[in-house]
Amino acid sequence: MLAELLQFLVSGLTVGAVYALVALGFTLIYNASDVVNFAQGEFVMLGGMVTVFAFAAGVPLPLAASLAILAAVGVGLLLHRLAIEPARGASAVTLIIITIGASIFLRGIAQIVFDKRFHQLPAFSGADPILVAGAAILPQSFWVLGGALLVFAGLWLFFERTLLGKAVLATAANRLAAKLVGVDTSFVLALSFGVSAAIGAFAGILITPITLTSFDVGTLLALKGFAAAMLGGMGSPLGAVVGGLLLGLLESFAAGTISSAYKDAVAFLVILGVLFVMPQGLFGRRSVERV
Amino acid sequence: MNAALPPRGAPLLRAEGIGISFGGLRALDGVGFEARAGEVLAVIGPNGAGKTTLFNIVTGLYRAGSGRILLDGANVTEAPPHHLAAAGLSRTFQNLQVFFRMTALENVMAGRHLREGSGLLADLFRLPRTRRDNEATRQAAMALLDWVGLADKAEIPAGSLPYGALKRLEIARAMATDPRVLMLDEPAAGCNPVETEEIDHLIAEVAARGVAVVLIEHDMKLVMRISRHVVVLNQGRLLAAGTPAEVRNNPAVIAAYLGTHGAAEASRGSARDNARGSARDDARGSARDDPRGDAHA
Amino acid sequence: MDAKADAAVLSAAARPRLSARWATLLVLAVVIATIPWFFPSGFYFRVAALVWVTALAAVGLQILMGQAGQVSLGHAGFVGIGAYAMALGPKYLGLDVLLCLPLGAALAGVIAFLVGRPILKLKGHYLAVATLGFGMLVTMVLVSEVGITGGPDGIRVPRAEILGWRIRGSETFYWIAGGALLIGTWIALNLQDSPSGRALAALHDSEVAARTIGIDVAAYKLRAFVIAAVYGAVAGGLLALMNGFVTPDAAGFIASVEYVTMVVIGGLASVPGAVVGAALLVLLPQALTVFHDYEHAVLGLLIMLFMIFLRVGIVPGLAALLRRRA
Repeated sequence: MLAELLQFLVSGLTVGAVYALVALGFTLIYNASDVVNFAQGEFVMLGGMVTVFAFAAGVPLPLAASLAILAAVGVGLLLHRLAIEPARGASAVTLIIITIGASIFLRGIAQIVFDKRFHQLPAFSGADPILVAGAAILPQSFWVLGGALLVFAGLWLFFERTLLGKAVLATAANRLAAKLVGVDTSFVLALSFGVSAAIGAFAGILITPITLTSFDVGTLLALKGFAAAMLGGMGSPLGAVVGGLLLGLLESFAAGTISSAYKDAVAFLVILGVLFVMPQGLFGRRSVERV
Repeated sequence: MNAALPPRGAPLLRAEGIGISFGGLRALDGVGFEARAGEVLAVIGPNGAGKTTLFNIVTGLYRAGSGRILLDGANVTEAPPHHLAAAGLSRTFQNLQVFFRMTALENVMAGRHLREGSGLLADLFRLPRTRRDNEATRQAAMALLDWVGLADKAEIPAGSLPYGALKRLEIARAMATDPRVLMLDEPAAGCNPVETEEIDHLIAEVAARGVAVVLIEHDMKLVMRISRHVVVLNQGRLLAAGTPAEVRNNPAVIAAYLGTHGAAEASRGSARDNARGSARDDARGSARDDPRGDAHA
Repeated sequence: MDAKADAAVLSAAARPRLSARWATLLVLAVVIATIPWFFPSGFYFRVAALVWVTALAAVGLQILMGQAGQVSLGHAGFVGIGAYAMALGPKYLGLDVLLCLPLGAALAGVIAFLVGRPILKLKGHYLAVATLGFGMLVTMVLVSEVGITGGPDGIRVPRAEILGWRIRGSETFYWIAGGALLIGTWIALNLQDSPSGRALAALHDSEVAARTIGIDVAAYKLRAFVIAAVYGAVAGGLLALMNGFVTPDAAGFIASVEYVTMVVIGGLASVPGAVVGAALLVLLPQALTVFHDYEHAVLGLLIMLFMIFLRVGIVPGLAALLRRRA
C-alpha cells in the first residue's frame, strides 16, 4: 500500500515536473506580453527530437542536448521576431491564433526535417529501476526532478537577485511604467521567448528517455501546461510550478486508483472545481474591478 | 435655479451607514445620503475619499460590508445591478464604460434593453415583435442622441468619438433606461468649459423631469450651481452634509480641502475654469465669480 | 466566390445594417446555388458540402465568441454530441436517425445549459481552460467507452430515409448542407440585429456597463453558449449523416482549435467571416495535398500570415482595405 502510494507519488511528480516546466514557459511569455503561447509544447518536442537525431548522428549526449536547447532558443527568438513582434497591438485572441499557427507550422516542419516515428533516448544513468520502500523508481525520474529543481532555483535567483530579473518582473507588473523607467521591454519580451524555449527544450530532453518523443508530442503538453498554469493562476511562476506538480500528481493518483482512461478527466474536474472556488487560480492575482 | 425651491418629496434613494473594507483598509465607514425626485445631490470630497466606491456599492457592483440601501422604500442592499436597473437606478462611470465596438446609436439602443420584451426566440427568427422592438428602440435612442447633441454621430463607432462626446453618450445611454434615479460619476471631468456648460444643462433637464440625480463632481462651480444638497466625504467618512452654502462655510470642509492633498485637489478642480484658486475661494465662501451661488450665500 | 460577389459582400458591410443582412444572405444563396455548375466531378460536391456543414458549426461559435465575446476551446465537444447522437440513438434506442438530429441538438443544448452555468462565471483564459476541459471530457468518454461508442475506431451511422426515399449521394447532401447553412446564417444575422444581440454585444464590450443598464449578463452568456452548442450539434449530426460514420476526432481538441481559428481568421465580429474562415480551413488542406509532406507547414504559415496582416480577420480586414481604396 505504502509502496503503491510512493510509486504514484514519484511518477506523478516526474510528469508534473514536466508540466510545471511547460507552465513556467507559458507564464514567462504571458507576463512579458499577455500572449498565451500555444507553441510552447513545440519547444519540448524540439528539445527531444533534436537531441535524438544529433545523438543518433554520433554527437555525444551532453553536446546533442546543448545543440537542442540552442535550436529551440533560436526558434523561440525567431517566433518572437517574425510572428509576435509584427502583430504587436493585435487582440489577445489574434495573438493566440498566431501561436497556434506557429505550432502547426513547427509540427509540419518537424515531420519533414525528422520523421513521423516515435523515438527514444537512452536513460542518462541506466534504465534499471531502483527499489525504494518497495516502489520501483526509474533513475531518469531523478534526472527530471533534479533538472526541474535546477530550473526553478535558477529562475528564482534570476528574479530575486539580478537587475535584469527585476526588469522582467517590472515589465510583468506594468509594461508602460517599466518602459518609462527605462526598461527595454522589447528586449525583455525577446528574452522571455528565449528562456521559455530553453526551459521547454530542457524538459523535452529530460523526459524523452521515459515517455518517447515524436513530432506531435507538443500539442498535448501545451494543453496540459496551459491547464497547469491556469490551475496555479496565470502570471504566477510559483503557481505554474505548484499547478504543474499538482496536475501530475492528480493524473498519477487518478490513473492508479480510479481509471487510467479517465485520469485526464479527473484532473480536469479538479481544475474546474478549484476554479469555481478560486476563479483566479491558486496563486493568481485577485483584482477588484475598477470602474 | 435655487431661487424658488419647491417643497421636498420623500427620499427616493436612501443609503444608510454604508461601510466596506478592502484588505483591512476601511474604504467607507458609516456613510449615508438621501436623494429625492427632481433634486440634484452632489457627493464631493478629495480624491480617495470613497465617492466612487460609494457609487459602486449603491449600484450593486460591490457588496456593502455594512449598512443598507433603500430604493423607493424597498430594501435593495443585496440586489444585483441589473435588478437595480430594472427598479429604476441608472449610472455613468468615471472611467468611461462605453461599448466601444458599437456605434453611438447602438450604445443608446442597448440602454433600452429593459423596455424591450421580444424574447430570444422572436429575436432569432426575427418575428414581428422583434421588428417592432427594434423600431421603437431606434426611435427612442435617436431622440436621446438628439437630446445630448450627438444625432449626427449616430452611425459612428463609439471608439472613434472624442472624449467629451463619450461623456454625453454615457448620459444618453443611462437615460435610455428611463431611470428614476440617475447617478453620475464625474460627468464633466476632462471636459472644457463649453462642454461642462452643456452637461450642466443636461443634468438640470434630467432633474426637471423628476429624476433624482446623484452626482460626483470635482468642478466646484458646477456643484454649487446645480445641486440642492451636498454630501462631503473625507477618508471614507461623512464630513458634512447640507445645502451648498452650508457646506461651503463648514470649517471642517475647508480644512479638508486646504489640507496637504486637498489643496492640490481644489486647484485641479478650478484649473478648468482658468481661474486658479477659485475653488479655494469658493470653499471660503466668497465665490465672487459665481453670482448664483452668491445669491444663496 | 467570384470577384463581383466579393465586392457585393464588402460594400454591403459598409452600408446600414438592414441591407447588409439581406445582401450577405443573397450572396451566400447565390454562391451555394451557382458553384455546382463549376464542379468538374462529384467529389467536389462532397468537399463543398463539408465546407457548408463546418461553416454551420463555425457560425454557431461566432455567436458565442464574436457576438458575446466568450471564448470556447470545447466547441467540438458539442459537434461530437450531435454526431454520436445519430449513431447511438438508432442503435440503442431504436430511434429513426432523422429524429436523432433534433434530439441530439436538444441534448447538446441541455448539456450546454447545465455545464455553462458554472463555467461561464470564469473569464478569459480561465474560461478557455474550462471549456477545454469539457471538450476533453467528451472525447475521453467517446474514446474509452468502447462497448458503447466503438472507441477510437468510431461507429457507423445508419442511412436516413424519408417516406421510403433514401437520402444519399454527395449532391443531395450538398443541398441539405447548403440549406442548413443558409438558415443558420439567417438566424445568426437576425440575432445580431435584435434586442438579444445588442445585449450580447454590450456585455462583450463592458460587463459592468451592461449590468447597469439592466442586462442579466450571466443569463445572456448562457443563452449564447446554448445557441452555439445547438449549432454545433446540428452540424455534427449532418456531418455524421454525410459520412455515414463518426469517430472521436470530430469532438477532439484539434477540431475545437480549428473552429476557433475559423472564426478568428474570418473576422470575429462578422457572421459571413465565420463562413469564409470555415471555407478556408476546409479547402486549404484539400488544396495543399499537392504539397504532400509540406501540408501542415504551409497551413500553419498561412494562418500566421493571415493573422499578422489581417488581424481583424479576412472579411472586416478586406472591407476596410476596400473602403480605403474607394
